[in-house]
Amino acid sequence: MFGLNKSSLFSDTKKLEREIDGFVDILSEVGLVFKSIVPTYLNHSANGKFEEMVEKVKEMESKADKITKEVEHTLYEETLIPDARSDVLRLLEHMDELIGMYQGNCYHFSIQKPDFPKEFHQDLIELTETVVNCVEALCLTVRSFFRDIKTVRDNAHKVTFYEKESDIKFSSLARRIFDSEMPLDQKMHLRYFVEKIDRICDQAEDIADEVQIYAIKRSV
Amino acid sequence: MDISIIIFLLGGLFLGWSLGANDAANVFGTAVGTRMVRFKTAAIVCSIFVILGAIISGSGTTETLGKLGAINALPGAFAACVAAGLSVYLMTKAGLPVSTTQAIVGAIVGWNLYTGSDTNIRVLITILGTWVLCPVIAGVIAMGFFTITKKYLLRRKLHILRLDAYTRTALLLAGAFGAYSLGANNIANVMGVFVPISPFTDVSISNFFVFSSKEQLFLLGGLAIAVGVFTYSKKVMFTVGNDLLKMSPVAAFIVVISHSIVLFLFASQGISNFLQSINLPSIPLVPVSSSQAVVGAVIGIGLLKGGKEVQWSVAGRITIGWFALPVIAALISMILLFILSNIFNLTVSF
Repeated sequence: MFGLNKSSLFSDTKKLEREIDGFVDILSEVGLVFKSIVPTYLNHSANGKFEEMVEKVKEMESKADKITKEVEHTLYEETLIPDARSDVLRLLEHMDELIGMYQGNCYHFSIQKPDFPKEFHQDLIELTETVVNCVEALCLTVRSFFRDIKTVRDNAHKVTFYEKESDIKFSSLARRIFDSEMPLDQKMHLRYFVEKIDRICDQAEDIADEVQIYAIKRSV
Repeated sequence: MDISIIIFLLGGLFLGWSLGANDAANVFGTAVGTRMVRFKTAAIVCSIFVILGAIISGSGTTETLGKLGAINALPGAFAACVAAGLSVYLMTKAGLPVSTTQAIVGAIVGWNLYTGSDTNIRVLITILGTWVLCPVIAGVIAMGFFTITKKYLLRRKLHILRLDAYTRTALLLAGAFGAYSLGANNIANVMGVFVPISPFTDVSISNFFVFSSKEQLFLLGGLAIAVGVFTYSKKVMFTVGNDLLKMSPVAAFIVVISHSIVLFLFASQGISNFLQSINLPSIPLVPVSSSQAVVGAVIGIGLLKGGKEVQWSVAGRITIGWFALPVIAALISMILLFILSNIFNLTVSF
C-alpha cells in the first residue's frame, strides 16, 4: 500500500543483510586461503595444490564482484539506507579492491614465480600471517559498522596495530633481502613481492579509517 | 448557499491550504527530504490523517479559540482569516518561523478590539503560556526519547539495513500520528472562527449517525489542508529535509514523534479529562505551532549532543515571532475590518 510494501521491504532487507555478510565472509576466506597459499608456493613440491588454490581465490573474487553489483542494484532500486548508501557502496568497492589485491598477489606468484631463498621463507610467512590478521581485524570492523558501531573503534585499532606490525616485518625482510648476496635483479624482484603483500595492510588500514568516519556519521 | 458565504469561507480555506503546504513539512519533511518515504505516500497518509484528526478531535482547541473571541459575522471571520494568512505570509517572507496559530489569535484579538468585544484575558494568558510551553515540552520529550532510543539501539545491535526498514515504518506511523495531531490541534486555526456562524446544517444519516455542521466545516478545512499538502508541500518538505534538519533518520523520527505528542497533548480532550479525573491540572486545549514544536525537539536533541547543533538564532527568531506576529495580525485584522465595514458596508459583528 502507498508504494511501501512492508513484506517486500523486510524480505529485501534480510536478503541484503545476508549478501553483505556473505561478502565480508568472502574477504575473510580469501585471506585464509592466501595465508596457506604462500607456504604452499614456497614448498615447491606442492605446486599442483598451489594452482588449485589460486583458482579458488579467482572463483571467490568473481562471487564477491557479483554480490557488489547485486547490493548496489538493490540499494539504489529500493532506495534503501539513503543516508548511508554511498558510504556502504564505497566500503564494499574498497573491500572488493582488497580481494583483488589478494588475487593479484596470487597471480604474480603463479606467473612470475619469484625465487625466495629458504632463509627468507619464515619471514615471508610471518609477514603474510600479519597481513591476513590485519584484514581479519578489518572484517570485524566492517561487521561492527553494520551491527554494533560501539565496537568499531576497538576493532579499527587492531587493524592499525597489525598494519604497524606488517610495516616492521616488511622493513626487516626488505633489509635482509638487500643485505644478502643475491644479484640485484633478484633482490628487486623479491622486494616487489614483499612490498605488494604489505600494501594489502595499507589498504586495510585506509578502509578501517573510512569505516570509523562512517560510524561517526551513522551515530544517532 | 449564498455565493458570499462561499467567498467568505475562502478566507479559511486559504489559511487551510497554507497550513497544509507548510506544516505538513514538519510532519513528513525529514522523511521525504531524506527519501526514506516517497512524497506520494507521505501526501496520501498526511491528508487522510489530517482530515480524521480534524473531524474526530478538532473540537477542543476550537472551543478555546471561541472563548477568546466569538466572531459572530461571516465578514468578520473572513477578515480574521485573511489577516492571519497575510501576516503569516509577510513574516515568512521576513524569514521568521511563525505559525498560523499565533496569527489567528492575533487576528481574533484584533476583531475583539475593533468591535469592542471583551477579550478573555485568562484564556489569552493560557494561550500565550502554551506557546512557550510547546517547544519546551517538545524538547524535553525529544531528549527523553533520544536517550532511550540511543540506549536501546546500542543494546539491540540491529543491522544497518534492518534499522533502516524499521525507521521507515516508524517514520510513516509517526507521520500518520503527527498528521492526525496536526489536524486535531490546528483545524481551529482554519475553521474555528467560522464555527459560531457555520452556514451548514446538521446532516443525519438514517437517524444513526449525525454529521454536525461543525464536523462539515472541519471536513472542508481538512480538505483544504490536504490540497495544500498535495499542491505545495513537496518543495517545503525537501527544504526541511535537506536544509534545516541535517540529522539521522532515527533522530528525525524522534523529532516527528515528539512534535506529534505535543500537538496531540494540546488537542486531546481524553487526556485532559483523565488528568482532571485524577485531580491533576488539566492540559489546556490550545492550538499550538507545529513548526515551533519541531524546532523545540531539534534543540532538545542538539542540547543532548553537547549544544553545538543548537540553532540559537532560530530560537531567538521564534521568540520575536511570539511577540511580533500576533500584533501584526491584530493590526491587519483591524485594518481589514475597517475596510469591510466602511468601504463595503458589510456587518463585521452583531
